[in-house]
Amino acid sequence: MGNMKLTLKIWRQNGPNDQGKMVSYPVNNVSEDMSFLEMLDVLNDDLVRKGEDPIAFDHDCREGICGSCSLFINGEAHGPGRLITTCQLHMRKFKDGDTIHVEPWRAEAFPVIKDLAVNRSAFDRIQAAGGFVTVNTSGNLVDGNAVPIPKDDADKAFDAATCIGCGACVATCVNSSAMLFVAAKVSQFALLPQGKPEAKRRVLAMVEQMDKEGFGNCSNTGACEVECPKGISLEHIARMNREYLAASVTKE
Amino acid sequence: MALTGLFLSIFLITHLAGNLQLLDMSPEGQQKFNEYARFMTTFPLVKVVSYLLYFSILFHAFDGFLLTIQNRKARPVKYAYEKPGANSAWYARQMALLGTLILVFLVIHMKHFWYEMHWGDIPTVTDTSGKPMKDLYSVVAAAFTQLWYVALYVVMMGVLAFHLLHGFQSAFQSLGLNHPRYTPIIKNVGVFFAVVVPIFFALIPVWMFINA
Repeated sequence: MGNMKLTLKIWRQNGPNDQGKMVSYPVNNVSEDMSFLEMLDVLNDDLVRKGEDPIAFDHDCREGICGSCSLFINGEAHGPGRLITTCQLHMRKFKDGDTIHVEPWRAEAFPVIKDLAVNRSAFDRIQAAGGFVTVNTSGNLVDGNAVPIPKDDADKAFDAATCIGCGACVATCVNSSAMLFVAAKVSQFALLPQGKPEAKRRVLAMVEQMDKEGFGNCSNTGACEVECPKGISLEHIARMNREYLAASVTKE
Repeated sequence: MALTGLFLSIFLITHLAGNLQLLDMSPEGQQKFNEYARFMTTFPLVKVVSYLLYFSILFHAFDGFLLTIQNRKARPVKYAYEKPGANSAWYARQMALLGTLILVFLVIHMKHFWYEMHWGDIPTVTDTSGKPMKDLYSVVAAAFTQLWYVALYVVMMGVLAFHLLHGFQSAFQSLGLNHPRYTPIIKNVGVFFAVVVPIFFALIPVWMFINA
């Protein structure tokens, strides 16, 4: 155990319909080698021992690839630091005596379930609206070189595909826009020959679902790109805009 | 939003080019400006484009208003602690506010000159062929003898500069025009445009005030 002393101001909300409020918690014995989630584990362990309700927060892989952990820490999605999720945020980023504000993702489309855990199933519904190829991809393996793909396109598609769907883009955006997420999911297919046959239908359906979920509009502030743990580029949003404009104009 | 924004940007260039004639305050310069003002309010092709301009201004403002309402609704519960400066520029986030200020300014600006030119009772002078023509020049010159009016124009051109600073390059991104080779050029042109155009616009009232 370490010797950092911190004050946490954490959003507590008993359920989706509860009013909710910020509550202060002192945390002692924090090591700078802990991850932010481990520090919360320490606090929860403390709360449980005292018979209090532990703080609910999402987490799973704790190695930055699952997209489960969220948290708006000191005014930034996944806290200070770039290209990291909250599980990859270390307490050495903070100083002894710091006050740290911890809030859930804030968006109409991401309702709070409890405390810091939000419902991100809006992303699943957007994905289900078109983020796939309908051709069967299992059991009928084709030769990898049967369909030549330019290296640059393959790289860009892979960059887009690294999106873990964490929702930091929405949480960060002043408009709660989901454009970076949807753009990544559109781009990863739009750039590859396998995604081309359904490209038009895909972008129209996914954008329609995105609007239905109540996300805001993109005003190109670029905040999402800065806060994205995977560094998804705004270029993908432009690509989606191109795809969408072309599909809107040429659809039958 | 992007298309009307870019059209309005092009308008700014023509508007500026025409109005830089105001810097020539000699009698010949005044005559030339008044002839230019008459041409701009009577030539049929200019009239057609001016209706497109009025539509663009109204559409740009109305669409911006609708989008802002939607964006507000998209986050009903605000963050208690925010640090927006960590990832984006303030003027990029405040486009609606900057746009509203510009709209209010446009109402004042158009009431004072555009409305007066079209329907107002303004003095006339004679052109080279001896026909009477409206003396818009003296209306402008009189307006810019007032310090507060000059100050308003200078401040509002600062507002316009920040609106353009984000808006110019943002329009290209919205239209899907983002390319590793061309986007840096677009961004640089956007900064140049956002700085130079408002400075020249602001120069006109300042120049007329000093030389009055």
